[in-house]
Amino acid sequence: MTGRALAVVIWLLTIFCVALFFMGWWFPPSISEHGPAYDQQFLITIIVVGISFVLAQVGLGYMVWRYRDTGRGERALYSHGSNRLEMTWTVITAVIFISLAVLGQRVWASLHFQPAPPGTAQIEVVAQQFQWNFHYPGADKQFGRTDPTLVKDADLNFVGLDASDPLAKDDAVVASLAVPLNRPIELTLRAKDVTHSFWVPPLRFKQDLVPGMNIKVHFTANKPGKYELACAELCGQFHFKMKSYMLVIPGNEYDELVALPQAQFQARMGELLKKYQ
Amino acid sequence: MVTTATSTKGIGTREREQPIISPLGGRGGGGNGPRGNGGGGGDRPRDDERFRDDRGRLGMWVGLASILMLFTALTSAYIVRAGLSDDWRPLQVPNFLWASTALILASSVTFQMAHRAIKRYEVKTYTRWVTLTGLLGLGFLTTQLLAWRQLVAQGVYLASNPHSSFFYLLTGVHGLHLLGGILGLGYLLARRWNKLASREAIRRRQRAAGVIGLYWHFMDGLWVYLFLLLFLWR
Amino acid sequence: MAEAEAAHGTHAEHAEGVHRHPAPTNFIRKYIFSIDHKVIGIQYLLLAMASVFVGMFLSILMRLNLTWPGTKWPILGTLFPAGAPNGIMQPEFYLSLVTMHGTMMVFFVLTTAPQGGFGNYFLPIQIGADDMAFPTLNMMSFWVTFVGFLVLLSAFFVEGGAPLGGWTAYPTLSAIGKDAGPGQGMGMNLWIISIAIFCAGSLLGALNFITTLLNMRARGMSLMRMPLTCWSWFTTAVLALLAFPVLLAAGILLYLDRNAMTSFFIPGGLVVSDKLLVDHKGGSPILWQHLFWFFGHPEVYIAILPGMGATSHILSTFARKPVFGYRAMVFAMFGIGLLGFFVWGHHMFISGMSPYSGMAFSILTLSIGVPSAIKTFNWIGTLWGGRIRFTSPMLFAIGFVSLFVAGGITGLVLGQTTLDLSMHDTYFVLAHFHLVMGVAAIFGIFAGIYFWFPKMFGRMMNETLGKLHFWVTFVGVYLIFAPMHIMGIVGMPRRYAQFTEYDFLKPLHSLVLLVTIGVIITATIQLVFLFNFFWSIFKGRRAGDNPWEATTLEWSTPSPPPHDNFAGIPPVVHRGAYEFSVPGAARDFIMQTEPEPGEASEIVSTEGSSGNGHNGHKH
Repeated sequence: MTGRALAVVIWLLTIFCVALFFMGWWFPPSISEHGPAYDQQFLITIIVVGISFVLAQVGLGYMVWRYRDTGRGERALYSHGSNRLEMTWTVITAVIFISLAVLGQRVWASLHFQPAPPGTAQIEVVAQQFQWNFHYPGADKQFGRTDPTLVKDADLNFVGLDASDPLAKDDAVVASLAVPLNRPIELTLRAKDVTHSFWVPPLRFKQDLVPGMNIKVHFTANKPGKYELACAELCGQFHFKMKSYMLVIPGNEYDELVALPQAQFQARMGELLKKYQ
Repeated sequence: MVTTATSTKGIGTREREQPIISPLGGRGGGGNGPRGNGGGGGDRPRDDERFRDDRGRLGMWVGLASILMLFTALTSAYIVRAGLSDDWRPLQVPNFLWASTALILASSVTFQMAHRAIKRYEVKTYTRWVTLTGLLGLGFLTTQLLAWRQLVAQGVYLASNPHSSFFYLLTGVHGLHLLGGILGLGYLLARRWNKLASREAIRRRQRAAGVIGLYWHFMDGLWVYLFLLLFLWR
Repeated sequence: MAEAEAAHGTHAEHAEGVHRHPAPTNFIRKYIFSIDHKVIGIQYLLLAMASVFVGMFLSILMRLNLTWPGTKWPILGTLFPAGAPNGIMQPEFYLSLVTMHGTMMVFFVLTTAPQGGFGNYFLPIQIGADDMAFPTLNMMSFWVTFVGFLVLLSAFFVEGGAPLGGWTAYPTLSAIGKDAGPGQGMGMNLWIISIAIFCAGSLLGALNFITTLLNMRARGMSLMRMPLTCWSWFTTAVLALLAFPVLLAAGILLYLDRNAMTSFFIPGGLVVSDKLLVDHKGGSPILWQHLFWFFGHPEVYIAILPGMGATSHILSTFARKPVFGYRAMVFAMFGIGLLGFFVWGHHMFISGMSPYSGMAFSILTLSIGVPSAIKTFNWIGTLWGGRIRFTSPMLFAIGFVSLFVAGGITGLVLGQTTLDLSMHDTYFVLAHFHLVMGVAAIFGIFAGIYFWFPKMFGRMMNETLGKLHFWVTFVGVYLIFAPMHIMGIVGMPRRYAQFTEYDFLKPLHSLVLLVTIGVIITATIQLVFLFNFFWSIFKGRRAGDNPWEATTLEWSTPSPPPHDNFAGIPPVVHRGAYEFSVPGAARDFIMQTEPEPGEASEIVSTEGSSGNGHNGHKH
């Protein structure tokens, strides 16, 4: 009785788990060039995982259903195992798992093992507790000098830009990220205080920003729009509202935007954020 | 090290006297031993009594493994941190550390003398050598403190730069462990098992000395290692 | 040295069968500062039980805050005037709950109960020893751990409250003091001290376990005749011995960074709350992550391995069948333990570590799935052809297998560098590790409690309540953790005090609610367990020596066992641990102490005194 009930419960729970994956909750549609490959790898993996999960649970349930003690005094099978079986399932699982592991490096390698193509647009991302700052180099495509001693949030100098540096004249620091459509973009990630993590779910991309490090990452967004940008590494009490937006805008709009000086840049960014609701 | 003591003076110092029970091991894996994957159990049941006296020694080895792991972790942090940035300012070797090294090396020798003495049942000599070892240990700690004072006088503090941080940290942690060793030596002197028959009491002391000796020599070797790490890898 | 004291001070008469320390007579030596491994085992279990209920209470508060953010809970205003003024939980309070829940559960429940609790109580008995190798050290290890627990709890009551950096305590959040957030001041210091104390306690315990197992096995108890529980405690002890010193080292470095202005983990040029930190330079936050996870990943196996051992043991006992692939199980356990030291980097794929090492760690990580799969297959193999008796411990052991599969298999997703790009630090991770190292391990603990309770207290736990506890818990944990995978796929981040700020999280609200309902149901049913446990200690049906008709040594001695476990007559072992349903045998189990027919005379005393009373009640 208990045995059959347990088998049924195991099977029902298995159905529940599998069903959850078909209820319509899923990734947001991908907006990056590597996104489809990511989604494909996820799908392959989750199918392997799903099949193994179902087989194991069904098998467990079957053993529980079939081999309960009937009270008729029969003895269980006296077996200490089987070397052949052990070998078989070791080899099979090893092959499957290692193949998954190898397949699972492709997107990773395409993103991380190659440098960004030459001429890729640059943006510096400077995270601080509960706020994102995006530092654009301006028309000269060169960043002005920054220095932690110059940081003064009260004066809105969040990244410590040195106003006396000529290269800094056309730089803009704003609270939202705009990237050009279908063009690679390289971000330099820095953190002012604690570890944060740059994350835009539909981008299928996440990278920590670590104090003391300049981490360079690159990707290509391929769908215009406005996307929520979240912090994904616990950074303090208001971690949950360390939010910004990433705009993916056509190349000409982008070129126009980044050529603007700070004040107009900010105003234009505001307009764009409204435009891409 | 010093386990395979055979007797001098005609007194059996073999560590175990109790009868060794005829090992059931002859039954090779024993009737229905778990045959695992069908392979016959080739494991031989072991005669436990053979091992019981080694308990302290084994426990000490295991404990030393964890101490070794602690210093391995600190070493890896040291190496990583050394490779990280330009704020690493290697210290000059404080003069007192040469004295430290000499003292602790000497203390291992004196401890060895003590151990040899107790194996010959020469309790007085043993006590003298153990005391001397302890004094050398204290001398080591003193020279370490003096080395610290020397650095402080030069204006080098714990937080001055990563190398000084690691210097104070590693010597400090090692010093604490060595202090534990000195307490162990104190225990060797204090604990005499007077209630037991004298031969058995001495056997106990031989064993205790063997165990503490492991620790002591380990601390010695650890110091030499740290000394090399701190002043060669910088 | 303390070790030597324990080794030689209490190690007395050589004559076989005389216990090394006499039974204590006064209350304090008997129940409080006891050096009897059985008392210490129960002390560990009670500590874990206290900790698990506090930790569970914290998790309920967390769910309330997530599901109904900003709601007034007047009672909380009274309990935590600082963290929940007027009964409204503040985000920093939520994060301190996260930290304390994680720390208590990982350290003071999952590390203490299966190892310190059951291991202490049953390792010596199962190998036929009269106590641990170093009883005094054993006592110290418990009391040191206990002090660690008190220090941890005290973090709630200092200025700023408990730390909010999570149980992983990543610098620089954890290293730069209270400017980084309330709780990062005194609370964080206490956290580090507590963990350092805990490390010391665990190391003493591990040392004792290893020595005991290697040195004190009864005659005939060869390694390959040991119950798999002993193998699992041994492997766990080895992992603890090698992993905890690394955490201790990391803790020391972090403490110095916080309090002595050193710069191990803190780089220069930090600006915190618009204030430049001038005292630090050149450190690396990643260094902490390496040290922490070098400990942290083996810690996962420290939590789960004893559960695996107990599951194998219990499955075999109630399926009335030898363990399928005993040797494979032992090797798999060692494989997991060994590989466990080389996969820590999979926690750090997106941490800024070299992407090349990420790839290496990824491949090693998926390889560790192989021994885990081997164990699963062997558990199912053990059930195959059995005559399963569905007792409460058996139900929990089967539940363990189901949950271990459910939780472990998603490691295939998280172990891939690519997929971690999106999955890292989402609820998918939360679901994965809660199922596998949290819930599955807890099921192992429950299975152990129901299984060994009769031995520990001489009475049976109530089966009806036990089964009720199982059904509701089993369904409840799936209800809680299965939906979390979906949340993770959608992208819900961990350690968010509220989900109110992001549009993409809004569609998940019904799942958040479902999980909270699951939590409330599951938590409530634990009260039934609590009642059953304490009621049965006094009122349970009396258990004989061997109520489950099991084979291992603990069942050949009275319940509860006498002070020296075997009443002065050391057992002699004649066979492997799982001889069930041997063809031609009189009964369907042969105890390890039963001799071959031909050598009956040799063991008459052992068998006679313990009288393995198989009361023969079946379920």
